[in-house]
Amino acid sequence: MGRKLLTEHINVPGIRNLDTYRKHGGYETLKKALGMKPEDIVEEVKKSGLRGRGGAGFPTGMKWGFLAKPEGVPRYLVCNADESEPGTFKDRYMMEFLPHLLIEGMAIGSFALGCRTSYIYIRGELMYVFHILQEAIDEAYAAGLLGKNILGTGFDFDLNVHCGGGAYICGEETALIESLEGKRGNPRIKPPFPAIKGVWGCPTVVNNVESIMAVVPIIRDGGDEYAKIGIGKSTGTKLISACGHLKKPGVYEIDLGLPVEEFIYSDEYCGGIRNDKKLKAVVAGGSSVPILPAELILKTAAGEPRLMSYESLSDGGFASGTMLGSGGFIAMDEDTSIVKNLYTFTRFYHHESCGQCSPCREGTGWMEKLLHKILDGHGTLQDVDLLWEIQSKIEGKTICPLGDAAAWPVASAIRHFKSEFEEYVRNPQNIQKDRHYYRVNNINPELV
Amino acid sequence: MSENKEIKFSEDALALVSRIINRYPEGRQKSALLPVLHIAQAEFDGWLSPAVMDYVASLLNIQSIEVYEVASFYSMFNLKPVGKCVVEVCRTGPCWLMGAEDIVKYMEKKLGVKEGGTSADGMFTLKTVECLASCGTAPMMQIGETYHENLTLQKIDDILDGCRNNVTEPIAHWRKNKIKA
Repeated sequence: MGRKLLTEHINVPGIRNLDTYRKHGGYETLKKALGMKPEDIVEEVKKSGLRGRGGAGFPTGMKWGFLAKPEGVPRYLVCNADESEPGTFKDRYMMEFLPHLLIEGMAIGSFALGCRTSYIYIRGELMYVFHILQEAIDEAYAAGLLGKNILGTGFDFDLNVHCGGGAYICGEETALIESLEGKRGNPRIKPPFPAIKGVWGCPTVVNNVESIMAVVPIIRDGGDEYAKIGIGKSTGTKLISACGHLKKPGVYEIDLGLPVEEFIYSDEYCGGIRNDKKLKAVVAGGSSVPILPAELILKTAAGEPRLMSYESLSDGGFASGTMLGSGGFIAMDEDTSIVKNLYTFTRFYHHESCGQCSPCREGTGWMEKLLHKILDGHGTLQDVDLLWEIQSKIEGKTICPLGDAAAWPVASAIRHFKSEFEEYVRNPQNIQKDRHYYRVNNINPELV
Repeated sequence: MSENKEIKFSEDALALVSRIINRYPEGRQKSALLPVLHIAQAEFDGWLSPAVMDYVASLLNIQSIEVYEVASFYSMFNLKPVGKCVVEVCRTGPCWLMGAEDIVKYMEKKLGVKEGGTSADGMFTLKTVECLASCGTAPMMQIGETYHENLTLQKIDDILDGCRNNVTEPIAHWRKNKIKA
């Protein structure tokens, strides 16, 4: 059983409310943090080895260390709660049930970084969670945990929650900053990095919800204690949101380093594949990361058991590995059409491209059309080669990583499942249109 | 929205807007634009007409074009009239794996509309949307702020019947009852 650093109390009735949260040790860590030197808090986070939980895996303590501190200029901590990566739903779950854990983490982080005002940017579709957060913030103000002179320490701190309008790209930190300023979510050219010039031109740190929540147990137990959990440079626990054809989809907190096979098949976690089908493929870290066939997700190319860690999942590079990403774990059974699944991803990236860079704006649409043509039974083998060609000309050629995110699923699907594309091309008469996808509760096909 | 309706927020909405503007540094009131557009959809029948967007621009003391370019960028803002209930069905990979295509086809048949259309009685607008972070409880759809998860056809029947029987005015993502202080 993995440790539950973030989710220990998530099933306590009423934990969403301040009183219950405090009864279970809530805000004790904030009290401790306010008695520490801000630079010591940053040091603990560095020692913990915590890496950004939104997908990129950049060390959080190092990011905090980069924040510029010019005299007389406000600086901001912004929480990225724009969770939109297909397959990822951990932040939504955590904020819905433990809003005060996020508030406590934001207060500690803001104190450490010297921020007097901070923002939680939540995607607009999660409006009900936006209101849960607002109510929790109101409770914290009323109890003197936010606002002027917090807990009598002289620390003044305001926390606000801000809602987006529906745009995946706003999960990219500079697009998020633009959006927070009331503009279109067009990513900025870096440098300057947000740590120097972020929201309203001021130094800004943008951190994922889970990263900010993880700061609470890190400060409570110490960075060294946190670093004892996990494996190698993958320290601590990670929230994995498991979905697709699993018996028990859901959000699991795991110790980094858990074998993938145990995560998929043990009853403690996902319990195996629905209807006892065979596993065909997994997208291990949200739709952007390379898809792997079952044999490569369970074992590396060298035959070692694959572990849920940043290093093990990327073992073998993109030739035979993938990425931990956001922890959005999508499992597909033996009946799944990899080509059709890829089509939905590519359609997603085309829809979500902001349009600034031609390779992404045009390339994602082109790939979507080609996949549609192949699925429709009109594709050629040259189309498959063209798909490969297009993705290779998007990757690395755009302002932000959305281009890469759109290219990688296409590249990896062709790399590992090329014969399936060719089957669509060579034998279109074999395409069972109604078997492209999973049926809802074995419904009568005549109904739809 | 009828032509003769005066374009002005309710007192509650105006009070909320000024509270929201206060969350940002002085002179940065444009930052309130996305929240205010959500409130505008709640106040004006679930969509943003050019006149409503002009009104929002005047509230925030910015140019109308700054509102139009933002409203057209984000998928949650409706720039055309919509039904009382906008049904947003997720269609991305994880929901597709669990049968989202069935859900969309069933709804099209049931409501007698194509994706993007509004039912003849003006009750429902059917939209497909991209991932709503509900992949573990797929397939799913959103109506207003509410997530309807682990959908079955029976559940859809019940939900739509519930809307028909209870919804009398358009519901936006930011519900009207959340505008009051």
